[in-house]
Amino acid sequence: MPANLIIPFRSQPPKSGLFSLKDAYATMTKITFIQPDGESQTVEAENGLTVMEAAKLNDIAGIEAECGGACACATCHVYVDEAWRDKTGKAADMEEDMLDFAFDVREGSRLCCQIKITDALDGLVVRVPAKQF
Amino acid sequence: MMDTTPAGPETSGVAEAAASSGPIETDAIVIGAGPCGLFAVFELGLLDIKSHVVDILDRPGGQCAELYPEKPIYDVPALPVVTGQELTDRLMEQIKPFGPQFHFNERIDSLSREADGRFRLTTDAETEFLAKVVVVAAGGGSFTPKRPPLTGIEEYEGKSVFYSVRKIETMRGHDIVIVGGGDSALDWTLNLAPVAKSLTLIHRRDEFRAAPHSVEKMRKLVEESTVRLLIGQVTGLEGANGHLSALDVKTASGTERIACTAMLPFFGLTMKLGPVADWGLNLHENLILVDTERFETNEHGIFAIGDINWYPGKLKLILSGFHEGALMAQAAHRIVYPDKKLLFQYTTSSSSLQKKLGVK
Repeated sequence: MPANLIIPFRSQPPKSGLFSLKDAYATMTKITFIQPDGESQTVEAENGLTVMEAAKLNDIAGIEAECGGACACATCHVYVDEAWRDKTGKAADMEEDMLDFAFDVREGSRLCCQIKITDALDGLVVRVPAKQF
Repeated sequence: MMDTTPAGPETSGVAEAAASSGPIETDAIVIGAGPCGLFAVFELGLLDIKSHVVDILDRPGGQCAELYPEKPIYDVPALPVVTGQELTDRLMEQIKPFGPQFHFNERIDSLSREADGRFRLTTDAETEFLAKVVVVAAGGGSFTPKRPPLTGIEEYEGKSVFYSVRKIETMRGHDIVIVGGGDSALDWTLNLAPVAKSLTLIHRRDEFRAAPHSVEKMRKLVEESTVRLLIGQVTGLEGANGHLSALDVKTASGTERIACTAMLPFFGLTMKLGPVADWGLNLHENLILVDTERFETNEHGIFAIGDINWYPGKLKLILSGFHEGALMAQAAHRIVYPDKKLLFQYTTSSSSLQKKLGVK
């Protein structure tokens, strides 16, 4: 399977009757996941989804998301690349509490179910930890 | 099992007492007190089937109580928004007329069929049941403490690494290290400080989720030097033959080695299928395969409803689990009352159902 297999989808049909490739990709944002062994996968995901959902849709290894995105399990832990930390922002209090349940928490640790995908995150790089517990 | 403390002489005493009183006989055993297990009690109750409910947690609600008590659920019919806790409370109220008996903090460990067709079930606390039908409503499986992914931790579990403590005395004289920042970590810090040779609380940040008064008490013990608070993360274990001697802790200023003969990590709970996997039930990717008429497994009389089952088209929704419970109860009736014809009735009009519900 190509590492960067793109699965475009949209929840609503385009507004006009004309459908161009540009429209289809207009709301797609690129996200790169880097595995502990250095293997990298870039996926495209629809704005409005969370980074966790983008990972699950693209079968990214190491993102378990046991609770399904409720910020209740800390098994979608990622390290946001230093260059992107301003754009993703900091963890909210509830997320910070849940990070207590993650392993090897570092600077840039986030639960990726709490990162909403927007245009501003196009090119986002996150690292998957060696273990999710 | 929530408690991995080694069995001492006091546990065997409990076991004997339970064994001498004989098994509890009931119509149905419901495994799991989540929303589907609770509603199963209701549907079974309407058909005069009495239930005992067993759950590994200390309270009803399952994932609703453990994972998202405060979070809103928007897809329960007729309740535009309800929290996990509210849903649980309402179900508990709804099933009250049927007087289900709950066995919390217990996990069904074994299940076998008797010569008379009934099932014999035993919990990890040695409670024994004889039941005509079994309803597995165990959701994502049984909640078990998260094991920190530290190399070699398995060999220390039960000897030096404990996920809960049954007897405080067993901790006397140890160099205790407690890891975590929630209520369990803080409660055990306060409880074990008086018996410990030394007690170190390790947490990744100098902020605690625990109840403020516990945090206050802990800070006071730290001031008095009864407890040491270390901000950092455990990275390695040192010891031999299952007995810990020290831990490596990564702190802001580097790695520190601290003495430790008993470690209590509190990193929350995760769900594991557990002993259900060993009961000879057909599985599909770790879920129990059922039919969609009775929600029965390959073992006649054992049903599975809610998140733990699988059939083509399965959706892990609370409302699907409710539907499954209703159909399961019809099939269970044929087993519990083989000679009785089941008359389909509505709660709005049936005076006999209303009598059971205590509204008439």
